[in-house]
Amino acid sequence: MDFLNAIVALSNYVLIPAIAYGSQLALGALGVTLIYGILRFSNFAHGDTMAFGTMVTILFTWWFQSMGINLGPLPTALLALPFGILGTMILVLVTDRMVYRFYRKQKAAPVIFVMVSLGVMFILNGLVRFIIGPGDQRFADGERFIITAREFKHMTGLKEGLALKTTQGITVVTAVLVVIALFWFLNRTRTGKSMRAFSDNEDLALLSGINPERVVVYTWMIVAALITIAGVLYGLDKSFKPFTYFQLLLPIFASAIVGGLGNPIGAIAGGFVIAFSEMTITYAWKKVLIYLMPENLEPSGLVQLLSTDYKFAVSFVILIIVLLFRPTGLFKGKSV
Amino acid sequence: MSDTVKNTGLFALVAVLIIWTGYSESWNLALQILNMGLISAIMALGVNLQWGFAGLFNVGVMGFVAVGGLAAVLFSMPPVPEAFWAGGPRALFSLVVGAGVIVAAVMVMKKMAAGRNRNLLVVAILVGGFFLFRALFDPAVDAIEAVNSASTGYMGGLGLPVILAWPLGGVLAAGVAWVIGKTALGLRSDYLAIATLGIAEIIIAVMKNEDWLARGVKNVTGIPRPFITPREIDLQKDPGFVETVTNLGLDPVTASSLYVKLSYTLLFSVVLIILFILAQRALKSPWGRMMRAIRDNEVAAMAMGKNVTKRHLQIFVLGSAICGLAGAMMTTLDGQLTPGTYQPLRFTFLIWVMVIVGGSGSNLGAILGGFLIYFFWIRVEQWGPDLMYFITSGMADDSPLKMHLIDSAAHMRLLTMGLILLLVLRFSPRGLIPEK
Repeated sequence: MDFLNAIVALSNYVLIPAIAYGSQLALGALGVTLIYGILRFSNFAHGDTMAFGTMVTILFTWWFQSMGINLGPLPTALLALPFGILGTMILVLVTDRMVYRFYRKQKAAPVIFVMVSLGVMFILNGLVRFIIGPGDQRFADGERFIITAREFKHMTGLKEGLALKTTQGITVVTAVLVVIALFWFLNRTRTGKSMRAFSDNEDLALLSGINPERVVVYTWMIVAALITIAGVLYGLDKSFKPFTYFQLLLPIFASAIVGGLGNPIGAIAGGFVIAFSEMTITYAWKKVLIYLMPENLEPSGLVQLLSTDYKFAVSFVILIIVLLFRPTGLFKGKSV
Repeated sequence: MSDTVKNTGLFALVAVLIIWTGYSESWNLALQILNMGLISAIMALGVNLQWGFAGLFNVGVMGFVAVGGLAAVLFSMPPVPEAFWAGGPRALFSLVVGAGVIVAAVMVMKKMAAGRNRNLLVVAILVGGFFLFRALFDPAVDAIEAVNSASTGYMGGLGLPVILAWPLGGVLAAGVAWVIGKTALGLRSDYLAIATLGIAEIIIAVMKNEDWLARGVKNVTGIPRPFITPREIDLQKDPGFVETVTNLGLDPVTASSLYVKLSYTLLFSVVLIILFILAQRALKSPWGRMMRAIRDNEVAAMAMGKNVTKRHLQIFVLGSAICGLAGAMMTTLDGQLTPGTYQPLRFTFLIWVMVIVGGSGSNLGAILGGFLIYFFWIRVEQWGPDLMYFITSGMADDSPLKMHLIDSAAHMRLLTMGLILLLVLRFSPRGLIPEK
């Protein structure tokens, strides 16, 4: 029995990656939830908008790298991030003006908006593949680790190493800062309050003189910032591939729905619920159990509940369970 | 201009486009587009049944198409007896056990009074059942995959004629749809969309990873052909055939492949015509009117005593079955099952573009959309690079921008499809052939 090593192994392989992944999902899910709350539709172009934002950031990163600008130990992508956000903001505002606004004026049914977002998804998908290609892109540079497994072993004298990647650290710190800023904005500023009012009751908000177009523009801009950050963090942590970003749609939607659509706190909680369940269910527990079990009871197999290829199935099953038993999500969401 | 004239004109346009491809490119390509157009039209009919008739938003078409393809393998491939006897009965038994566990959990959920005891019991059944299932299932799978894994490594199929596998593919897809519908229908419309999107990904993941079932990403090739379709190589060896086509002035190799494709065209047309007649009759029947009434106003339909959830489940299962049938047909046409090639953009969202462009709620529109959009899907892939060559003709040949543009031009078709979808939704939301 060796609790210390078990805990270190568990943190190394499950807890830290899950916290990083959960933060990325939470940021993505916040975007979905804001659009759902204020524009009142499920945006299927979400994953591809994320890919677009990340692509712009990558292009700026490459440009900076070619000019020799870098942030020392931190990835250059952080420097390029504001430009990526700006690019995505322009993109979503142009899309809104050219596509969504027409249907908003018509007061079209939510399902029509979903259709339209499918069209936008196609266009963005094509655009991203056209510009950067369908392949894998790595753009992380700078120091790779905050603590490497070897340093950790050396420091503590334990058998198990604990590696903390720079990108994981950055992900968590950025996510916390972004969430604090977002909640400050929504709860303290006039615009944020008008957004929440609009989300709660559209007619009442209009009566009190809130300009709906202004609310919509702010929402899109915030969403653009959130998903570009989420996309860049995910890309730094893993790698950038347009198709993977499209597939992220499922866990992101699952997070938003599990937490309760339209509820920002729910989106964050949902992100972590999904990330932790994906990680714990697809992790091979042998390594941790070896330390916990008496020697003669050591597991012979990998003790993996499901293979990692089924991680979508995990988020999906959780989604279904929550929908069946709490249709409005863990935190009370809204239904349109 | 009356509707008949307009519709005939639209279909004539599609015919001209395909024939023109035959003249300017090759007849093989034209027939290939025609065959896949027929299959796409069938898929579009299925989606139109769900969306056009009942307003159900199913974005898991890919999953049902893949299930149909799986059925083509499971029913028509020759069996692999050694592998089956090595672990087949055990694997099937463990699947039955797995299903039994879920049924038991649902029963407990329904029969026992709500409370902590019930929840604990359900969780205990599910967790215990999972480990029991894995304990039974894993060794069986290992045994099956161990048998000659390079060439088979799966249990094979039932060896039925492949045409029989088509309706069975529909049945299998209907079964999957029933399970999904039972859980996700009755929730909000967006939730059905997410649920179907998820289930489609899971079906593909299962097909990629469960090698014992259909070899996973190792692909199953050499799926038997329907009885009227000979193999090209046999045709080329048949002196009668060679003589006939030489007299017609054709090269035997080209002619044999055209002959094979035409035989598929014939079969697929028969299926499409039957389904179209059925769908048309359904649309005009009291049942079809009830469906549209439910679509247009669920509350009013409920007040008239219609069981909305049940009807939704019914039409969801029917539409998915049609997609499954089309999937089985497509796998037969390809002659192989390749789970890695199922992409949601191609098999879910493209079908949606077909339905919307054709006109949701109109069967004729769905068929037209199927042909038209598939034609553009294939042709734009070639036109894109051509257009790029033209645009970049002023640039130096070795300029990196030019090379990048030409390389990426193939992705223009996604862009084009999105643009078509948005333009139709904006300027002609009822589609080319609107619902009456």
